[in-house]
Amino acid sequence: MPQPQGPVSPWLESWRAFAANRGALAALLVFGAIALAALLAPWVAPHDPVLQYRDHMLAPPMWLDGGSREFPLGTDELGRDMLSRLLWGGRISLGIGLASVLLSLLPGVLLGLLAAFHQRALAPAIMRVMDVMLALPSLLLAICVITVLGPGLVNTVIAIAIGALPGYVRLTRAAAMAEIGRDYVTASRLAGASTARLMFAAVLPNCMAPLIVNASLGFSSAILSAAGLGFLGLGVQAPLAEWGTMLSSARDYMERAGWVVTLPGLAILASVLLVNLIGDGLRDALDPKLKRAS
Amino acid sequence: MLQFLFKKLATLLPTLVGVTLVAFGLIRLVPGDPIEIMMGERGLDAQTHAEVAHRLGLDQPLWAQYLHYVNQLVHGDLGQSLVSHLPVADEFKALFPATVELAGFALVLATVLGLALGLLASLKRGSWLDQGVMGVATVGYSIPVFWWGLILIMFFSVDLGWTPVAGRISVEYDVPRVTGFMLIDTLLSDEKGSFASAVGHLLLPALVLGTSTLAVIARMTRSSMLEVLREDYVRTARAKGLSSSRVLVVHALRNALIPVLTVVGLQTGSLLAGAVLTETIFSWPGIGKWLIDAIARRDYPVVQAGILISALTFIGVNLVVDLLYGVVNPRIRSSH
Repeated sequence: MPQPQGPVSPWLESWRAFAANRGALAALLVFGAIALAALLAPWVAPHDPVLQYRDHMLAPPMWLDGGSREFPLGTDELGRDMLSRLLWGGRISLGIGLASVLLSLLPGVLLGLLAAFHQRALAPAIMRVMDVMLALPSLLLAICVITVLGPGLVNTVIAIAIGALPGYVRLTRAAAMAEIGRDYVTASRLAGASTARLMFAAVLPNCMAPLIVNASLGFSSAILSAAGLGFLGLGVQAPLAEWGTMLSSARDYMERAGWVVTLPGLAILASVLLVNLIGDGLRDALDPKLKRAS
Repeated sequence: MLQFLFKKLATLLPTLVGVTLVAFGLIRLVPGDPIEIMMGERGLDAQTHAEVAHRLGLDQPLWAQYLHYVNQLVHGDLGQSLVSHLPVADEFKALFPATVELAGFALVLATVLGLALGLLASLKRGSWLDQGVMGVATVGYSIPVFWWGLILIMFFSVDLGWTPVAGRISVEYDVPRVTGFMLIDTLLSDEKGSFASAVGHLLLPALVLGTSTLAVIARMTRSSMLEVLREDYVRTARAKGLSSSRVLVVHALRNALIPVLTVVGLQTGSLLAGAVLTETIFSWPGIGKWLIDAIARRDYPVVQAGILISALTFIGVNLVVDLLYGVVNPRIRSSH
């Protein structure tokens, strides 16, 4: 019979709860493999992603008639290697997701904490601005931002981050306000802690669970938004390989060469699905209130 | 109830002001000279420039320009398209029913199927049916709308030839426009087979647009039902000896619907955003495609109006949902 060995760190405890969910753990492993392959694209991709092999336009994948080992997943309408483009595209698509989550999470947490700690001075202004931003669905808000800034990689990140910002502000504020009234915060305040210390050392660590869960789900919707913008021609521009941009240029060829449409879409679907499964697992592990609710 | 409505409207006022400010600011934040942007031409000579500035009121201070803009909006004037030179409001009126028809049909499809599947899954909890429905729902929730559309077109329209690829109705039908809603107009007209053609055109886009909403509603219905079925009042109802169908419908489902309703309201946002993508794929002549085409053509008055209309629609639907919420759950009304 195992003996209790003193207190377990809350992170370890959460990890154990997460790892107990086999599906979420498997999703984490598979997604890790995809992310690693994308990260290592410069070394593992068989070809240059923008190099056009004019003699091999729309070559089928190796398991179809006419396919070759040289282009394992076939080539696109300009003779570029699909596998290499998918790997390099993963760097861009997943990179946009990660960058835009960080870019909305950090200011979102800061604004949310400020609004929670300064109920009278700052909260009304901050929350009214967030209400206006919430009046547009996030993809439309992103389109708004792109209209002003113009398309491109960096602008896509900014646009998606702005679209996701109000969610984090509201969530942080709500979670922080639930904590502010508790005894440990009052005790800390009486002990002379500064407002900044109260915010970041006392309250924020106790708001982390919903934030982490939301950030993981925000990551998957950022991948979807980036692909949507790319598909509409408002996101990352060709010849850069981004999964949505790849689909946008491929749709004219879908009748003749199905793989140019199916493969980038499957890459998006797989990533989003895996991240959502990880997010569900995190929610069950970190947020006891929501546990087994779904 | 009326008091509740007024309170809601009062809290919306700052949001409405903010949304009009965003739409107003959008055209002035686009890089370049606003007068040349509004005229759609570059390199105007100084005299024309000054004339246009005066005619459009752009020589006024910003606050006066904003008040003028709001005044125009209140009178239903959304400006003039730079490309077609038609009033934006007229273009909008022609296109809006198409989007409402598409999104409405998608929402009905998603709600009916989502409720049914979620209910079934909750009643057969843990069975292969439950796991299958929830697995499919997770995929449906993660699928990129535009790719899903392309795949379905490839399968149903190209390979099988069952459904048309694009548009709202076949070109051979000439249906007079009465309401702008194709399903209604075709029923009013005497063209045989036009209604079937309209339904055929609507089916695939609505399915594509409704898929993620369907998945969300199915998941929400299931978890909400599982929660409610554990409640004491359900046990009491069973103990009283009521029939199990009566317990399910009257006691369980009615209470389980409250969170589902909220989700339906929130989903309008994703339907509006999804409509932009779906309409682009299926060449559906609605406001989503209109907006994206306008961005490509730098037709900024149309972009401005499209954004404003989307925001107002979203706000309006959420208001309706809030009110319905008050009807279904009277506790909400008193707590406000």
